[in-house]
Amino acid sequence: MSGTAASAPAALIVDITARRGAFEVTAAFHVVAGRPLALVGPNGAGKTTVLNALAGHLTLERGSILLDGRDVAGLAPEARRIGVVYQDFLLFPHLTVADNVAYGIRMRGTRRAAARAAPLPWLERFDLAAFADRYPHELSGGQAQRVALARALAAEPDALLLDEPMASLDVEVRDEVRADLARHLSEFSGPTVIVTHSPADVAALASEVVVLEAGAVTQRGNWEALRKTPATRYVARLVREGQG
Amino acid sequence: MPDSAPRSATRRGPAVVIWVIAGIALALLVLPLLAILLSAPWPRIPALLVAPETLQALGLSVLTAVISTVLCLVLGIPLAVVLARSVAWPVIPRRLLRAAVTVPLVLPPVVGGLALLLLLGRNGVLGRWLAAVGITLPFTTGAVVIAQTFVAMPFLVFAVEGALRGADRRVELAAASLGASPWKVFRTITIPLVAPGVAAGAVLCFARALGEFGATITFAGSYPGVTRTLPIASYLASQNDLSQSIALALVLLVVSVGVLLGLRDRWLPGVRG
Repeated sequence: MSGTAASAPAALIVDITARRGAFEVTAAFHVVAGRPLALVGPNGAGKTTVLNALAGHLTLERGSILLDGRDVAGLAPEARRIGVVYQDFLLFPHLTVADNVAYGIRMRGTRRAAARAAPLPWLERFDLAAFADRYPHELSGGQAQRVALARALAAEPDALLLDEPMASLDVEVRDEVRADLARHLSEFSGPTVIVTHSPADVAALASEVVVLEAGAVTQRGNWEALRKTPATRYVARLVREGQG
Repeated sequence: MPDSAPRSATRRGPAVVIWVIAGIALALLVLPLLAILLSAPWPRIPALLVAPETLQALGLSVLTAVISTVLCLVLGIPLAVVLARSVAWPVIPRRLLRAAVTVPLVLPPVVGGLALLLLLGRNGVLGRWLAAVGITLPFTTGAVVIAQTFVAMPFLVFAVEGALRGADRRVELAAASLGASPWKVFRTITIPLVAPGVAAGAVLCFARALGEFGATITFAGSYPGVTRTLPIASYLASQNDLSQSIALALVLLVVSVGVLLGLRDRWLPGVRG
């Protein structure tokens, strides 16, 4: 969370209503670079719907998504420059680790030869160089998560979204992977949103919290504020879990 | 489940019955082919195989089946994509589309050939317009290709559609979020993901095209070197010289079984475990 650019930090300002079937979610929040925001809430609260709306996989009912001042709400996913780490990572099963990581670089039109070398620094940075030629089904959960993160960041997005980053990992490795993830996120220079229902994720990864319940925001603030004055029973239970 | 007493009996009973029935089914599939091998006039086979008519029919069959398979791939993959997406459509258009794709599977090929003749024949619904600009399709090698494409298309479409439904298509979303346009997603993600289905479909498609008889003889006739494919040559030979017919049948058998065995092994394992 060290100082990034000299200018004002990049910001993601969200004010949206999205619908999935009969279910409607309204959410407004803003995230600045260097202060990752955790979007928490019980199952079915609409967290993933918000994430899909931000990524462009879901058309908005109304609203705007301002990323560094430009409204990306009307843009196709490929034009938004918003990276996503999906819950089950969604690595490309037919591509090697290196080609997965290089995918975004290639889509941005880098020449083939340059792109061949381009994933290398990313592989090294995420401790993946030894797995460059492996396929996704040959990786452990923690490795797959690093590939997903490297792949998203190598495309040099303006913002990053993570959907339940720990949910598909074995319990024994979560603490280690989470610490690793926190370190990598601190090196990213754009706004970051982490969807989670785990207090441990919030404590380790996020500076700000937005609570979503039944399609609406019920509380926002930092972890400390939530602990002192939980606005709902869900928040009270969440902060209690986080202490235990 | 309260009735736990006869469990082992009910478990064992169907197992035996299933094995027996499966054995009968397998025998029905394999024994006729064995009969060909047993009744083949082996001493005369080499001479019959290199006979000019055999080689001509074989060459024509392979050429037309390859072209038909390519046509099925080019036309059938997009159709499979539309069919896979049609699950979101209203019931009636969705069923109509599926029925249209299935028709060549259930239609007697002779009827298919007749339908093609009525559409593309010299006086056909479209054929008269083609004739006006100097294109005559019936009884040409082109007609063989069209007849084969007609009957073989569903094999390709259903194989690819099955693969599309089986694949986790959310990875297409991941590709889009990495900056890939819909066309690039289709080329770099969707097609490779369904490659096993495409390969399997192409193999079935080729085998079906190679064996095509009814639609071909109705729409394209039986001109040596132009439309007389191996199945037609084999049938004609069976009318007067059975050993010639068996020799041609053997060639068909070896080529189709060889293609099935060879391609499946090469394609299916490496792509995805």
